Amino acid sequence: MHKPYLSLSLVGKTFSRGAATTEVLRDVSLDVAQGEYVSIIGHSGCGKSTLLNIIAGLTEVSSGAVLLENREVTEPGPDRAVVFQNHSLLPWLTVYDNVKLAVDKLFRGTKSAGERHEWTMFSLELVHMGHAKDKRPAEISGGMKQRVGIARALAMEPKVLLLDEPFGALDALTRAHLQDQVMAIHARLGNTVIMITHDVDEAVLLSDRIVMMTNGPAATIGEILPVPLARPRQRVQLASDGAYLSCRAAVLRFLYERNRFVEAA
Amino acid sequence: MRTATSLAERPGMQADTGPAVAAAPATIVAFPSARPPIGAKLKSLLGFVAERLLPPAIVLLAVGVIWQLVCSEPGASLPPPSQILNDSWELIANPFYDRGGLDMGLFWHILASLKRVAIGYAFAAVVGVALGTLVGQSRLAMRGLDPLFQVLRTVPPLAWLPLSLAAFRDGQPSAVFVIFITSVWPIIINTAVGIRNIPQDYRNVARVLRLNPLEHFTRIMIPAASPYIFSGLRIGIGLSWLAIVAAEMLIGGVGIGFFIWDAWNSSLIGDIIVALVYVGIVGFCLDRLVALAAHVITHGTTSS
Ligand SMILES: Nc1ncnc2c1ncn2[C@@H]1O[C@H](COP(=O)(O)OP(=O)(O)OP(=O)(O)O)[C@@H](O)[C@H]1O
Ligand SMILES: [Mg+2]
Repeated sequence: MHKPYLSLSLVGKTFSRGAATTEVLRDVSLDVAQGEYVSIIGHSGCGKSTLLNIIAGLTEVSSGAVLLENREVTEPGPDRAVVFQNHSLLPWLTVYDNVKLAVDKLFRGTKSAGERHEWTMFSLELVHMGHAKDKRPAEISGGMKQRVGIARALAMEPKVLLLDEPFGALDALTRAHLQDQVMAIHARLGNTVIMITHDVDEAVLLSDRIVMMTNGPAATIGEILPVPLARPRQRVQLASDGAYLSCRAAVLRFLYERNRFVEAA
Repeated sequence: MRTATSLAERPGMQADTGPAVAAAPATIVAFPSARPPIGAKLKSLLGFVAERLLPPAIVLLAVGVIWQLVCSEPGASLPPPSQILNDSWELIANPFYDRGGLDMGLFWHILASLKRVAIGYAFAAVVGVALGTLVGQSRLAMRGLDPLFQVLRTVPPLAWLPLSLAAFRDGQPSAVFVIFITSVWPIIINTAVGIRNIPQDYRNVARVLRLNPLEHFTRIMIPAASPYIFSGLRIGIGLSWLAIVAAEMLIGGVGIGFFIWDAWNSSLIGDIIVALVYVGIVGFCLDRLVALAAHVITHGTTSS
């Protein structure tokens, strides 16, 4: 049988502090093909970030395993670059140096100084941030920070790009603009991407498949919806596309009828 | 300036990462363009003088006049400024003379004190940042060391002097040790709080990049904690300058502290007052120097 690129098998996670334990994830199994764009959607607090951190290796699994190219993931590494929920740029470094830090660390042995500079600039240009390379994070807007975060992650040439609500804190216009940029980059570089989102339209627009999570505690995958839309996708034309609308309706039905958000007592 | 007094203190995050550039008292006039017309240049210079230099000058003058009036009465216990200028003129006019023994200008006394402070403070900075990092990083180290630190840091600096004299059997290293032990606590404690407050996100960045411990320390931990570290360093330099004067009074030899004590024994009140002015100005400069270093190194994310 054809082996999947990234595979989660029966992943479970239980947090415990002293005697109190919370089972956040139970039996999460998912196979992702190379170059695939997968979104994870679910209500707040169901364990999406936890799942992403497990794939990143930042959080250990309690049971089950994550395999990337048939090798078990046990620690974080640059082959699974993360764009964090709140950009997490280092405020004391310029935009350029934030990306350069990653480039220098990863390619010191394989690229010359000039090549590393060019690679840094190339990554910044991918997200159209080359013009602000000498600014510090405090001097650029939220959307620009998020773009630099994406540039830093892309500069690592990751096998899998992990995005934790990358556009969550942005206004609708900036968000749409960044979604288009990410789609363009994905089309150009063919990365494997796993993206967490709250936004149904974003999930349908960007993904090849949408993973819908049930509510916690002990959340798991409720349903996986393939999105059979041809690429490149144009948001304006899709707005009236039948397949787009039915995908959207399916996600909405899952989130608001079958797994309504329950306020934890 | 953030000042942490206890290791257990956990201030709200992010105060250190935002553009926390408080409006610093400007000491440099920023000219708007490279070649402003000479008139505008002069005007902004005059504005600066009127705004920043005039008020303290007026206050200083007023204090001098009142002092002169109050202490001119016969039988006043302190000399008036005019008499100080008269009696101690050589001290004021020539700080560089050296007639051998302890009979030398104030510059040499200050220099001797500054040397002791520099050595003690440098040790304190290195040890303080290292221990602070350890305590901030490791829960176990914190449990073991924090209570000790909390008790020791309340010991007044001079209380250490007899002990260090007994240990070193010499005044010179004892004074340096007193400086060290005085300034090390705020550096340790502030560093520890700074390290503890490094957002998990930055640590995650380091982990994803697989930075080795040395890279993690120099590229992430030190810069992330530097606003806290510098606030500790700034408190430390102030305390060392406070302690050196007192310590030198006891150990004797060349140094501004013993100079003051010597002047008191010779009833040279004027000399004492001149020395105090020097001590104040040097202390102020030391504080500004560390603040400036903080400003340059942290790119203005600490207020000065
Ligand atoms: N370190 C931890 N210790 C204990 N519980 C944790 C820990 N991290 C997360 N949790 C719990 O796990 C659950 C899922 O958290 P997670 O951050 O993964 O949610 P999420 O789906 O990403 O939410 P959101 O959409 O709001 O970001 C929450 O109930 C949270 O309280
Ligand atoms: Mg989350």
